[in-house]
Amino acid sequence: MLTNDKLPLIRDKALWMRRTAFTMVHRAQLGHPGGDFSAMDILATLYFGVLNYDPKRPDWADRDRFVMSKGHATGALYSALCAAGYFPEDWLPTYMQPKSLLNGHPNRNYLPGIETNTGPLGHGFPVATGIAIAGQITGAPYRTYVLTGDGEQQEGSNWEAAMVCGHRKLANLTLIIDRNRLQQGAGTEETSGLDPLDDKYRAFGFEVHEVNGHDHAALLATLSAPPGDKPRCVIANTTKGKGVSFMENVASWHHGVPNDAQFEQAMKELV
Amino acid sequence: MAHAAPSAAGFQDCRNIWVSTLEQLAESDLRIVAVVNDSIGSSKLNSFQKKFPDRIINVGIAEQVLVGVGAGLANGGRIPFVSAASCFLTGRALEQVKADIAYAGFNVKLVGQSSGIAYGELGATHHSIEDFAWLRPLTNLTVIVPADAWETAEAVKWAAGHDGPVYLRLSRMPVPDLIIPNRQFRPGHAETVRQGDDLTIIACGTTVHLAAAAADALAADGIAARVLNFSTINPLDETALHEAAATGAIVTVEEASIRGGLGGAVAEFTAAHKPVPVERVGFPGFLPTGSVEWLFREYGLTPEGIEAAARRALARKA
Ligand SMILES: Cc1ncc(C[n+]2csc(CCOP(=O)(O)OP(=O)(O)O)c2C)c(N)n1
Ligand SMILES: [Mg+2]
Repeated sequence: MLTNDKLPLIRDKALWMRRTAFTMVHRAQLGHPGGDFSAMDILATLYFGVLNYDPKRPDWADRDRFVMSKGHATGALYSALCAAGYFPEDWLPTYMQPKSLLNGHPNRNYLPGIETNTGPLGHGFPVATGIAIAGQITGAPYRTYVLTGDGEQQEGSNWEAAMVCGHRKLANLTLIIDRNRLQQGAGTEETSGLDPLDDKYRAFGFEVHEVNGHDHAALLATLSAPPGDKPRCVIANTTKGKGVSFMENVASWHHGVPNDAQFEQAMKELV
Repeated sequence: MAHAAPSAAGFQDCRNIWVSTLEQLAESDLRIVAVVNDSIGSSKLNSFQKKFPDRIINVGIAEQVLVGVGAGLANGGRIPFVSAASCFLTGRALEQVKADIAYAGFNVKLVGQSSGIAYGELGATHHSIEDFAWLRPLTNLTVIVPADAWETAEAVKWAAGHDGPVYLRLSRMPVPDLIIPNRQFRPGHAETVRQGDDLTIIACGTTVHLAAAAADALAADGIAARVLNFSTINPLDETALHEAAATGAIVTVEEASIRGGLGGAVAEFTAAHKPVPVERVGFPGFLPTGSVEWLFREYGLTPEGIEAAARRALARKA
Protein backbone atom coordinates (compact mmCIF):
# COMPACT_ATOMS: atom_id res chain seq x y z
CA MET A 1 0.00 0.00 0.00
CA LEU A 2 1.03 3.56 -0.55
CA THR A 3 2.53 4.95 2.62
CA ASN A 4 0.01 7.77 2.68
CA ASP A 5 -2.77 5.21 3.09
CA LYS A 6 -1.47 4.76 6.60
CA LEU A 7 -2.14 8.34 7.63
CA PRO A 8 -5.74 7.95 8.85
CA LEU A 9 -4.71 5.00 11.03
CA ILE A 10 -1.75 6.92 12.47
CA ARG A 11 -4.00 9.89 13.22
CA ASP A 12 -6.58 7.69 14.98
CA LYS A 13 -3.95 5.88 17.00
CA ALA A 14 -2.21 9.09 18.03
CA LEU A 15 -5.51 10.43 19.35
CA TRP A 16 -6.28 7.21 21.23
CA MET A 17 -2.77 7.20 22.69
CA ARG A 18 -3.06 10.80 23.92
CA ARG A 19 -6.40 10.08 25.60
CA THR A 20 -5.05 6.87 27.07
CA ALA A 21 -1.84 8.37 28.39
CA PHE A 22 -3.64 11.29 30.01
CA THR A 23 -6.11 8.91 31.61
CA MET A 24 -3.21 6.87 33.05
CA VAL A 25 -1.48 9.97 34.40
CA HIS A 26 -4.69 11.36 35.85
CA ARG A 27 -5.47 8.11 37.57
CA ALA A 28 -1.95 7.59 38.96
CA GLN A 29 -1.47 11.30 39.75
CA LEU A 30 2.06 10.69 38.54
CA GLY A 31 3.82 10.78 35.21
CA HIS A 32 5.42 13.03 32.63
CA PRO A 33 2.59 14.19 30.35
CA GLY A 34 4.49 17.05 28.69
CA GLY A 35 7.10 14.72 27.22
CA ASP A 36 4.48 12.05 26.51
CA PHE A 37 2.54 14.43 24.30
CA SER A 38 5.49 15.85 22.39
CA ALA A 39 6.54 12.32 21.45
CA MET A 40 3.08 10.91 20.70
CA ASP A 41 2.97 11.56 16.95
CA ILE A 42 6.48 10.17 16.54
CA LEU A 43 5.51 6.96 18.33
CA ALA A 44 2.20 6.62 16.49
CA THR A 45 4.02 7.05 13.16
CA LEU A 46 6.67 4.49 14.09
CA TYR A 47 4.30 1.82 15.41
CA PHE A 48 1.58 2.26 12.77
CA GLY A 49 3.58 3.28 9.73
CA VAL A 50 7.24 2.40 9.96
CA LEU A 51 8.30 -0.43 12.24
CA ASN A 52 8.25 -4.05 11.16
CA TYR A 53 7.19 -6.08 14.22
CA ASP A 54 4.88 -8.80 15.43
CA PRO A 55 3.45 -8.36 18.94
CA LYS A 56 2.92 -12.13 19.12
CA ARG A 57 6.64 -12.69 18.67
CA PRO A 58 8.37 -9.90 20.60
CA ASP A 59 11.71 -11.69 20.36
CA TRP A 60 11.55 -12.26 16.59
CA ALA A 61 15.20 -11.80 15.64
CA ASP A 62 14.55 -9.66 12.56
CA ARG A 63 12.09 -7.23 14.14
CA ASP A 64 12.84 -3.56 13.79
CA ARG A 65 14.03 -2.16 17.09
CA PHE A 66 12.62 0.91 18.77
CA VAL A 67 14.49 2.17 21.84
CA MET A 68 12.69 4.73 23.99
CA SER A 69 15.65 6.55 25.45
CA LYS A 70 13.50 9.27 27.06
CA GLY A 71 12.21 6.63 29.42
CA HIS A 72 10.21 9.03 31.58
CA ALA A 73 7.60 9.25 28.80
CA THR A 74 5.98 5.91 29.67
CA GLY A 75 2.51 7.37 29.13
CA ALA A 76 3.44 7.54 25.45
CA LEU A 77 5.37 4.28 25.28
CA TYR A 78 2.84 2.13 27.14
CA SER A 79 -0.11 3.48 25.22
CA ALA A 80 1.79 2.79 21.97
CA LEU A 81 2.73 -0.76 22.99
CA CYS A 82 -0.85 -1.42 24.09
CA ALA A 83 -2.25 -0.01 20.83
CA ALA A 84 0.24 -2.18 18.95
CA GLY A 85 -1.09 -5.28 20.68
CA TYR A 86 1.73 -6.12 23.07
CA PHE A 87 -0.49 -6.26 26.17
CA PRO A 88 -4.20 -5.92 26.98
CA GLU A 89 -5.89 -2.62 27.72
CA ASP A 90 -6.95 -3.69 31.18
CA TRP A 91 -3.33 -3.50 32.33
CA LEU A 92 -3.26 0.26 31.76
CA PRO A 93 -4.99 1.30 35.02
CA THR A 94 -2.25 -0.43 37.01
CA TYR A 95 0.24 2.25 35.86
CA MET A 96 2.68 2.79 38.78
CA GLN A 97 0.54 0.87 41.27
CA PRO A 98 2.45 -1.42 43.66
CA LYS A 99 4.21 -4.22 41.74
CA SER A 100 2.69 -3.14 38.42
CA LEU A 101 4.39 -4.26 35.23
CA LEU A 102 3.75 -0.70 34.08
CA ASN A 103 6.65 0.66 36.11
CA GLY A 104 7.32 4.40 36.12
CA HIS A 105 10.14 3.75 33.64
CA PRO A 106 10.23 0.93 31.07
CA ASN A 107 11.56 -2.45 32.11
CA ARG A 108 12.12 -5.10 29.43
CA ASN A 109 11.68 -7.87 32.00
CA TYR A 110 8.17 -6.68 32.75
CA LEU A 111 6.59 -6.01 29.35
CA PRO A 112 7.06 -7.40 25.84
CA GLY A 113 8.12 -4.92 23.19
CA ILE A 114 10.59 -3.05 25.38
CA GLU A 115 14.10 -3.41 24.00
CA THR A 116 16.04 -2.09 26.98
CA ASN A 117 15.50 -0.49 30.38
CA THR A 118 15.68 3.29 30.39
CA GLY A 119 14.97 6.11 32.82
CA PRO A 120 18.38 7.56 33.49
CA LEU A 121 18.82 9.82 30.45
CA GLY A 122 21.55 9.16 27.94
CA HIS A 123 21.37 5.36 27.99
CA GLY A 124 19.16 4.49 25.03
CA PHE A 125 21.32 5.78 22.19
CA PRO A 126 24.45 3.79 23.19
CA VAL A 127 22.35 0.61 23.53
CA ALA A 128 20.70 1.29 20.16
CA THR A 129 24.18 1.72 18.70
CA GLY A 130 25.06 -1.76 19.93
CA ILE A 131 21.86 -3.19 18.44
CA ALA A 132 22.72 -1.57 15.11
CA ILE A 133 26.30 -2.87 15.20
CA ALA A 134 24.94 -6.38 15.78
CA GLY A 135 22.80 -5.93 12.67
CA GLN A 136 25.73 -4.54 10.73
CA ILE A 137 28.12 -7.39 11.50
CA THR A 138 25.52 -10.14 10.98
CA GLY A 139 23.86 -8.57 7.96
CA ALA A 140 20.45 -8.82 9.69
CA PRO A 141 17.74 -6.87 7.85
CA TYR A 142 16.30 -4.98 10.81
CA ARG A 143 16.55 -1.25 11.39
CA THR A 144 17.08 0.45 14.73
CA TYR A 145 15.28 3.62 15.81
CA VAL A 146 16.01 5.48 19.02
CA LEU A 147 14.16 8.47 20.45
CA THR A 148 15.87 10.86 22.85
CA GLY A 149 14.67 14.06 24.44
CA ASP A 150 16.46 17.25 23.52
CA GLY A 151 17.51 18.05 27.08
CA GLU A 152 18.75 14.48 27.13
CA GLN A 153 21.24 15.44 24.42
CA GLN A 154 23.20 17.27 27.13
CA GLU A 155 24.39 13.88 28.38
CA GLY A 156 27.85 13.22 26.95
CA SER A 157 27.08 9.54 26.37
CA ASN A 158 25.00 10.58 23.34
CA TRP A 159 27.99 12.20 21.72
CA GLU A 160 30.22 9.23 22.44
CA ALA A 161 27.59 7.03 20.75
CA ALA A 162 27.29 9.49 17.86
CA MET A 163 31.03 9.21 17.28
CA VAL A 164 30.79 5.42 17.10
CA CYS A 165 27.80 5.59 14.72
CA GLY A 166 29.54 8.03 12.43
CA HIS A 167 32.79 6.09 12.50
CA ARG A 168 31.06 2.81 11.65
CA LYS A 169 28.66 4.42 9.15
CA LEU A 170 25.71 2.75 10.85
CA ALA A 171 23.18 3.44 8.13
CA ASN A 172 20.74 1.02 9.77
CA LEU A 173 20.33 3.39 12.74
CA THR A 174 18.00 6.36 12.98
CA LEU A 175 18.27 8.74 15.90
CA ILE A 176 15.14 10.82 16.49
CA ILE A 177 15.40 13.86 18.75
CA ASP A 178 12.18 15.16 20.30
CA ARG A 179 13.08 18.83 19.90
CA ASN A 180 10.48 20.45 22.14
CA ARG A 181 13.03 22.99 23.42
CA LEU A 182 12.09 22.37 27.07
CA GLN A 183 13.73 20.17 29.67
CA GLN A 184 12.72 19.57 33.29
CA GLY A 185 13.10 23.03 34.75
CA ALA A 186 13.48 25.46 31.84
CA GLY A 187 14.23 25.86 28.13
CA THR A 188 17.15 23.93 26.66
CA GLU A 189 18.75 27.04 25.19
CA GLU A 190 18.75 28.91 28.51
CA THR A 191 20.06 25.84 30.40
CA SER A 192 22.89 24.50 28.24
CA GLY A 193 22.18 25.35 24.62
CA LEU A 194 22.09 22.70 21.92
CA ASP A 195 21.81 24.77 18.75
CA PRO A 196 22.91 24.25 16.05
CA LEU A 197 22.01 20.63 16.63
CA ASP A 198 21.87 19.82 12.91
CA ASP A 199 25.42 21.00 12.30
CA LYS A 200 26.65 19.05 15.31
CA TYR A 201 25.20 15.78 14.02
CA ARG A 202 26.40 16.50 10.49
CA ALA A 203 29.89 16.97 11.89
CA PHE A 204 29.59 13.59 13.61
CA GLY A 205 28.86 11.89 10.27
CA PHE A 206 25.06 11.79 10.24
CA GLU A 207 22.60 12.51 7.48
CA VAL A 208 20.39 15.12 9.18
CA HIS A 209 16.71 15.81 8.52
CA GLU A 210 14.53 18.37 10.25
CA VAL A 211 10.79 17.74 10.33
CA ASN A 212 7.66 18.94 12.06
CA GLY A 213 7.35 16.26 14.72
CA HIS A 214 3.55 16.45 14.69
CA ASP A 215 3.19 16.11 10.90
CA HIS A 216 2.53 12.41 10.36
CA ALA A 217 3.14 12.55 6.62
CA ALA A 218 6.51 14.24 7.04
CA LEU A 219 7.53 11.85 9.82
CA LEU A 220 6.41 8.85 7.79
CA ALA A 221 8.36 9.92 4.72
CA THR A 222 11.56 10.62 6.64
CA LEU A 223 11.48 7.64 8.96
CA SER A 224 10.56 5.07 6.35
CA ALA A 225 12.91 6.31 3.63
CA PRO A 226 15.42 3.57 2.77
CA PRO A 227 18.77 3.85 4.54
CA GLY A 228 21.49 5.86 2.86
CA ASP A 229 25.16 5.32 3.60
CA LYS A 230 25.30 7.16 6.93
CA PRO A 231 23.41 7.00 10.23
CA ARG A 232 20.32 9.20 10.13
CA CYS A 233 19.41 11.92 12.60
CA VAL A 234 15.85 13.23 12.53
CA ILE A 235 15.35 16.43 14.48
CA ALA A 236 11.62 16.40 15.15
CA ASN A 237 10.48 19.91 16.05
CA THR A 238 7.71 19.42 18.58
CA THR A 239 5.66 21.20 21.20
CA LYS A 240 5.84 19.86 24.73
CA GLY A 241 2.31 18.97 25.84
CA LYS A 242 1.05 19.07 22.22
CA GLY A 243 -2.72 18.66 21.90
CA VAL A 244 -3.88 20.03 25.25
CA SER A 245 -4.10 23.82 25.28
CA PHE A 246 -3.03 24.39 28.88
CA MET A 247 -0.07 22.02 28.67
CA GLU A 248 1.46 23.25 25.43
CA ASN A 249 4.91 24.69 25.90
CA VAL A 250 4.55 25.03 29.68
CA ALA A 251 7.64 23.71 31.47
CA SER A 252 5.83 22.72 34.66
CA TRP A 253 3.82 20.10 32.74
CA HIS A 254 7.05 18.12 32.44
CA HIS A 255 5.84 16.17 35.47
CA GLY A 256 2.66 18.05 36.24
CA VAL A 257 -0.47 16.00 36.76
CA PRO A 258 -4.07 17.02 36.00
CA ASN A 259 -6.81 17.59 38.53
CA ASP A 260 -10.31 16.41 37.62
CA ALA A 261 -11.31 19.65 35.90
CA GLN A 262 -8.13 19.72 33.83
CA PHE A 263 -8.66 16.10 32.91
CA GLU A 264 -12.21 16.80 31.71
CA GLN A 265 -11.00 19.82 29.77
CA ALA A 266 -8.29 17.76 28.07
CA MET A 267 -10.75 15.03 27.11
CA LYS A 268 -12.91 17.67 25.43
CA GLU A 269 -9.94 18.91 23.45
CA LEU A 270 -8.67 15.47 22.47
CA VAL A 271 -11.27 14.59 19.85
CA MET B 1 7.52 13.82 39.76
CA ALA B 2 4.93 14.56 42.39
CA HIS B 3 5.03 11.90 45.06
CA ALA B 4 2.73 11.24 47.91
CA ALA B 5 4.87 11.19 51.02
CA PRO B 6 3.77 10.30 54.50
CA SER B 7 3.02 13.44 56.39
CA ALA B 8 1.71 14.14 59.84
CA ALA B 9 1.79 16.97 62.32
CA GLY B 10 5.37 17.73 63.31
CA PHE B 11 6.84 16.03 60.26
CA GLN B 12 9.11 18.17 58.12
CA ASP B 13 10.47 18.01 54.60
CA CYS B 14 14.18 18.49 55.34
CA ARG B 15 14.80 19.97 51.89
CA ASN B 16 13.38 23.25 53.18
CA ILE B 17 15.93 23.43 55.96
CA TRP B 18 18.75 22.35 53.63
CA VAL B 19 18.11 25.28 51.35
CA SER B 20 17.42 27.91 54.04
CA THR B 21 20.65 26.90 55.79
CA LEU B 22 22.61 27.06 52.55
CA GLU B 23 21.20 30.51 51.78
CA GLN B 24 22.22 31.79 55.22
CA LEU B 25 25.72 30.43 54.81
CA ALA B 26 25.99 31.86 51.30
CA GLU B 27 25.08 35.36 52.55
CA SER B 28 28.24 35.50 54.63
CA ASP B 29 30.57 33.19 52.71
CA LEU B 30 30.88 34.41 49.15
CA ARG B 31 32.80 31.30 48.14
CA ILE B 32 29.72 29.13 48.37
CA VAL B 33 28.17 28.17 45.03
CA ALA B 34 25.49 25.65 44.04
CA VAL B 35 26.01 23.31 41.08
CA VAL B 36 23.01 21.53 39.54
CA ASN B 37 21.98 19.30 36.63
CA ASP B 38 18.57 20.72 35.60
CA SER B 39 17.74 19.99 39.25
CA ILE B 40 16.95 23.45 40.59
CA GLY B 41 13.32 22.63 41.39
CA SER B 42 13.95 19.15 42.75
CA SER B 43 16.75 20.56 44.94
CA LYS B 44 14.42 23.37 46.09
CA LEU B 45 17.02 25.89 44.94
CA ASN B 46 14.64 28.31 43.21
CA SER B 47 15.02 30.98 45.91
CA PHE B 48 18.80 30.46 46.04
CA GLN B 49 18.80 31.10 42.29
CA LYS B 50 16.85 34.34 42.77
CA LYS B 51 19.13 35.56 45.55
CA PHE B 52 22.43 34.48 44.02
CA PRO B 53 21.90 34.22 40.25
CA ASP B 54 25.64 34.27 39.58
CA ARG B 55 26.36 31.60 42.14
CA ILE B 56 24.29 28.78 40.73
CA ILE B 57 25.83 26.80 37.90
CA ASN B 58 23.40 24.66 35.93
CA VAL B 59 25.39 22.33 33.68
CA GLY B 60 22.26 20.75 32.19
CA ILE B 61 21.51 17.05 32.24
CA ALA B 62 25.12 15.93 32.53
CA GLU B 63 26.08 14.37 35.86
CA GLN B 64 29.65 13.43 35.03
CA VAL B 65 30.32 17.02 34.05
CA LEU B 66 28.39 18.16 37.12
CA VAL B 67 30.79 16.44 39.50
CA GLY B 68 33.88 17.30 37.46
CA VAL B 69 32.86 20.95 37.40
CA GLY B 70 32.43 20.75 41.18
CA ALA B 71 36.06 19.62 41.52
CA GLY B 72 37.19 22.41 39.22
CA LEU B 73 35.26 25.04 41.15
CA ALA B 74 36.97 23.85 44.34
CA ASN B 75 40.32 24.14 42.60
CA GLY B 76 39.31 27.70 41.75
CA GLY B 77 38.72 28.51 45.41
CA ARG B 78 34.93 28.13 45.52
CA ILE B 79 33.00 25.92 47.97
CA PRO B 80 30.64 24.02 45.69
CA PHE B 81 27.48 22.32 46.90
CA VAL B 82 26.77 19.91 44.05
CA SER B 83 23.09 19.02 44.30
CA ALA B 84 21.33 16.36 42.24
CA ALA B 85 19.01 13.40 42.64
CA SER B 86 21.19 10.99 44.59
CA CYS B 87 20.59 8.09 42.16
CA PHE B 88 22.28 10.01 39.33
CA LEU B 89 24.79 11.92 41.44
CA THR B 90 26.24 8.74 42.89
CA GLY B 91 25.48 6.22 40.16
CA ARG B 92 26.08 8.07 36.94
CA ALA B 93 29.04 10.04 38.23
CA LEU B 94 30.55 7.39 40.48
CA GLU B 95 33.98 7.49 38.90
CA GLN B 96 34.03 11.28 39.05
CA VAL B 97 33.10 11.07 42.74
CA LYS B 98 35.88 8.57 43.32
CA ALA B 99 38.67 10.08 41.25
CA ASP B 100 37.86 13.80 41.04
CA ILE B 101 36.43 14.32 44.52
CA ALA B 102 37.57 11.66 47.00
CA TYR B 103 40.93 10.65 45.53
CA ALA B 104 41.88 14.16 44.42
CA GLY B 105 40.61 15.37 47.79
CA PHE B 106 38.73 18.45 46.58
CA ASN B 107 36.66 20.49 48.98
CA VAL B 108 33.33 19.61 47.37
CA LYS B 109 30.00 18.98 49.09
CA LEU B 110 27.94 16.42 47.21
CA VAL B 111 24.27 16.70 48.11
CA GLY B 112 22.17 13.70 47.16
CA GLN B 113 18.52 14.69 46.95
CA SER B 114 15.47 12.41 47.11
CA SER B 115 17.65 9.54 48.22
CA GLY B 116 16.51 6.04 49.13
CA ILE B 117 13.16 5.21 47.59
CA ALA B 118 11.68 8.70 47.56
CA TYR B 119 10.91 8.18 43.86
CA GLY B 120 9.10 4.93 44.69
CA GLU B 121 6.82 4.64 41.66
CA LEU B 122 9.52 5.63 39.20
CA GLY B 123 11.24 2.32 39.78
CA ALA B 124 14.69 0.93 40.46
CA THR B 125 16.58 3.31 38.14
CA HIS B 126 15.41 6.19 40.31
CA HIS B 127 15.79 4.49 43.68
CA SER B 128 19.05 5.39 45.34
CA ILE B 129 19.61 2.43 47.62
CA GLU B 130 23.09 1.44 46.47
CA ASP B 131 24.77 4.75 47.29
CA PHE B 132 26.05 3.73 50.73
CA ALA B 133 27.72 0.66 49.29
CA TRP B 134 29.26 2.68 46.46
CA LEU B 135 30.54 5.57 48.54
CA ARG B 136 31.36 4.04 51.91
CA PRO B 137 34.72 2.58 50.76
CA LEU B 138 35.93 5.89 49.32
CA THR B 139 38.79 7.15 51.45
CA ASN B 140 38.47 10.83 52.47
CA LEU B 141 34.76 11.09 51.70
CA THR B 142 32.67 11.83 54.79
CA VAL B 143 29.20 10.34 54.31
CA ILE B 144 26.44 11.89 56.42
CA VAL B 145 22.76 10.93 56.52
CA PRO B 146 20.78 13.42 58.62
CA ALA B 147 17.84 11.97 60.51
CA ASP B 148 15.73 15.09 60.91
CA ALA B 149 15.51 18.81 60.20
CA TRP B 150 17.82 19.85 63.05
CA GLU B 151 20.51 17.42 61.97
CA THR B 152 20.12 18.47 58.32
CA ALA B 153 20.84 22.10 59.24
CA GLU B 154 23.79 21.11 61.43
CA ALA B 155 25.23 18.85 58.75
CA VAL B 156 25.00 21.54 56.06
CA LYS B 157 26.74 24.06 58.37
CA TRP B 158 29.40 21.57 59.32
CA ALA B 159 30.01 20.57 55.70
CA ALA B 160 30.46 24.21 54.66
CA GLY B 161 33.13 24.72 57.31
CA HIS B 162 34.88 21.38 56.89
CA ASP B 163 37.83 21.39 54.49
CA GLY B 164 37.29 18.16 52.55
CA PRO B 165 34.87 16.12 50.48
CA VAL B 166 31.47 15.33 51.97
CA TYR B 167 28.41 13.43 50.74
CA LEU B 168 25.18 14.59 52.38
CA ARG B 169 22.38 12.16 51.77
CA LEU B 170 19.11 14.05 52.01
CA SER B 171 15.55 12.88 51.77
CA ARG B 172 12.30 14.35 50.54
CA MET B 173 10.28 12.28 52.98
CA PRO B 174 8.95 14.24 55.91
CA VAL B 175 10.35 13.07 59.26
CA PRO B 176 9.63 14.16 62.85
CA ASP B 177 12.24 15.89 65.00
CA LEU B 178 14.04 13.48 67.29
CA ILE B 179 13.63 14.54 70.91
CA ILE B 180 17.11 14.33 72.44
CA PRO B 181 18.18 16.69 75.25
CA ASN B 182 21.34 18.80 74.82
CA ARG B 183 21.94 17.66 71.28
CA GLN B 184 25.27 18.32 69.70
CA PHE B 185 26.17 17.51 66.11
CA ARG B 186 29.34 15.44 66.14
CA PRO B 187 30.20 13.96 62.76
CA GLY B 188 31.76 10.53 63.10
CA HIS B 189 29.89 9.89 66.34
CA ALA B 190 26.70 7.89 66.76
CA GLU B 191 23.99 9.58 68.78
CA THR B 192 22.06 7.67 71.44
CA VAL B 193 18.33 8.01 70.87
CA ARG B 194 17.20 5.35 73.38
CA GLN B 195 19.22 3.76 76.20
CA GLY B 196 19.26 -0.01 76.61
CA ASP B 197 21.52 -3.02 77.01
CA ASP B 198 19.49 -5.97 75.72
CA LEU B 199 20.33 -5.26 72.10
CA THR B 200 21.25 -2.32 69.86
CA ILE B 201 19.25 -0.98 66.94
CA ILE B 202 21.51 0.99 64.63
CA ALA B 203 19.55 3.21 62.25
CA CYS B 204 20.15 6.20 60.03
CA GLY B 205 18.24 8.85 58.14
CA THR B 206 14.49 8.46 57.70
CA THR B 207 14.42 5.23 59.71
CA VAL B 208 15.71 6.51 63.06
CA HIS B 209 12.28 7.59 64.31
CA LEU B 210 10.88 4.22 63.25
CA ALA B 211 13.61 2.46 65.24
CA ALA B 212 12.79 4.60 68.28
CA ALA B 213 9.13 3.60 68.00
CA ALA B 214 10.16 -0.06 67.78
CA ALA B 215 12.29 0.35 70.92
CA ASP B 216 9.35 1.90 72.73
CA ALA B 217 7.17 -1.09 71.81
CA LEU B 218 9.89 -3.49 72.99
CA ALA B 219 10.22 -1.53 76.25
CA ALA B 220 6.55 -2.18 76.97
CA ASP B 221 7.50 -5.85 76.84
CA GLY B 222 10.44 -5.40 79.22
CA ILE B 223 13.11 -5.40 76.48
CA ALA B 224 15.58 -2.53 76.67
CA ALA B 225 16.77 -1.74 73.16
CA ARG B 226 19.47 0.85 72.64
CA VAL B 227 18.82 2.97 69.55
CA LEU B 228 21.67 4.74 67.79
CA ASN B 229 21.31 7.43 65.18
CA PHE B 230 24.27 6.40 63.05
CA SER B 231 24.30 9.45 60.85
CA THR B 232 27.93 9.20 59.77
CA ILE B 233 28.38 6.13 57.58
CA ASN B 234 31.97 6.96 56.71
CA PRO B 235 34.08 7.00 58.82
CA LEU B 236 32.43 4.55 61.22
CA ASP B 237 32.10 5.27 64.93
CA GLU B 238 34.04 2.22 66.06
CA THR B 239 33.61 2.94 69.77
CA ALA B 240 29.85 2.89 69.41
CA LEU B 241 30.08 -0.33 67.41
CA HIS B 242 32.23 -2.03 70.08
CA GLU B 243 29.64 -1.01 72.67
CA ALA B 244 26.79 -2.17 70.43
CA ALA B 245 28.44 -5.56 69.97
CA ALA B 246 28.73 -5.80 73.75
CA THR B 247 24.91 -5.82 74.00
CA GLY B 248 25.09 -9.15 72.17
CA ALA B 249 22.62 -8.56 69.35
CA ILE B 250 22.27 -5.88 66.68
CA VAL B 251 19.60 -4.75 64.25
CA THR B 252 20.52 -2.36 61.46
CA VAL B 253 17.90 -0.23 59.72
CA GLU B 254 18.40 1.86 56.60
CA GLU B 255 16.43 3.17 53.63
CA ALA B 256 18.99 1.45 51.44
CA SER B 257 20.16 -1.93 50.21
CA ILE B 258 21.02 -4.33 53.02
CA ARG B 259 24.07 -5.25 50.96
CA GLY B 260 27.11 -3.09 51.48
CA GLY B 261 25.51 -0.17 53.32
CA LEU B 262 25.06 0.43 57.03
CA GLY B 263 24.10 -3.20 57.62
CA GLY B 264 27.10 -4.32 55.60
CA ALA B 265 29.40 -2.02 57.56
CA VAL B 266 28.13 -3.29 60.91
CA ALA B 267 28.37 -6.92 59.81
CA GLU B 268 31.92 -6.32 58.56
CA PHE B 269 32.90 -4.69 61.80
CA THR B 270 31.37 -7.26 64.13
CA ALA B 271 32.72 -10.19 62.08
CA ALA B 272 36.19 -8.72 62.49
CA HIS B 273 35.96 -7.72 66.16
CA LYS B 274 33.16 -9.48 68.01
CA PRO B 275 30.77 -11.72 66.08
CA VAL B 276 27.18 -11.20 67.28
CA PRO B 277 23.89 -11.77 65.48
CA VAL B 278 23.10 -8.92 63.08
CA GLU B 279 19.64 -8.62 61.54
CA ARG B 280 19.54 -6.16 58.66
CA VAL B 281 16.37 -4.25 57.83
CA GLY B 282 16.43 -2.57 54.43
CA PHE B 283 15.92 -3.51 50.82
CA PRO B 284 17.12 -6.78 49.29
CA GLY B 285 17.79 -5.56 45.73
CA PHE B 286 15.99 -3.97 42.78
CA LEU B 287 12.50 -3.08 43.93
CA PRO B 288 9.17 -3.06 42.15
CA THR B 289 7.26 0.13 41.50
CA GLY B 290 5.15 1.40 44.38
CA SER B 291 4.57 4.32 46.67
CA VAL B 292 7.01 5.16 49.44
CA GLU B 293 4.50 4.04 52.08
CA TRP B 294 3.87 0.76 50.31
CA LEU B 295 7.57 -0.01 49.87
CA PHE B 296 8.33 0.81 53.52
CA ARG B 297 5.55 -1.50 54.66
CA GLU B 298 6.32 -4.27 52.16
CA TYR B 299 9.96 -4.48 53.25
CA GLY B 300 9.41 -4.08 56.99
CA LEU B 301 10.72 -0.55 57.43
CA THR B 302 8.08 0.04 60.08
CA PRO B 303 8.11 -0.05 63.89
CA GLU B 304 6.53 -3.51 63.67
CA GLY B 305 9.06 -4.78 61.14
CA ILE B 306 11.97 -3.47 63.18
CA GLU B 307 10.52 -4.94 66.36
CA ALA B 308 10.23 -8.33 64.64
CA ALA B 309 13.85 -8.07 63.51
CA ALA B 310 14.84 -7.25 67.09
CA ARG B 311 13.07 -10.37 68.34
CA ARG B 312 14.86 -12.46 65.70
CA ALA B 313 18.19 -11.02 66.78
CA LEU B 314 17.41 -11.66 70.45
CA ALA B 315 16.44 -15.26 69.66
CA ARG B 316 19.85 -15.75 68.09
CA LYS B 317 21.68 -14.06 70.97
CA ALA B 318 24.07 -16.42 72.74
C1 LIG C 1 20.71 10.84 34.13
C2 LIG C 1 19.45 11.57 34.46
N1 LIG C 1 19.52 12.81 35.01
C3 LIG C 1 18.39 13.45 35.34
C4 LIG C 1 17.17 12.89 35.14
C5 LIG C 1 15.91 13.60 35.60
N2 LIG C 1 15.09 14.01 34.45
C6 LIG C 1 14.06 13.25 34.01
S1 LIG C 1 13.35 13.87 32.63
C7 LIG C 1 14.38 15.23 32.65
C8 LIG C 1 14.28 16.27 31.60
C9 LIG C 1 14.38 15.68 30.24
O1 LIG C 1 14.25 16.67 29.26
P1 LIG C 1 14.13 16.24 27.75
O2 LIG C 1 15.20 15.26 27.41
O3 LIG C 1 14.09 17.46 26.94
O4 LIG C 1 12.76 15.41 27.72
P2 LIG C 1 11.30 15.87 27.28
O5 LIG C 1 11.29 17.35 27.12
O6 LIG C 1 11.05 15.18 25.99
O7 LIG C 1 10.38 15.37 28.37
C10 LIG C 1 15.29 15.16 33.71
C11 LIG C 1 16.31 16.14 34.02
C12 LIG C 1 17.15 11.59 34.58
N3 LIG C 1 16.00 10.92 34.37
N4 LIG C 1 18.30 10.97 34.23
MG1 LIG D 1 12.66 18.37 25.83
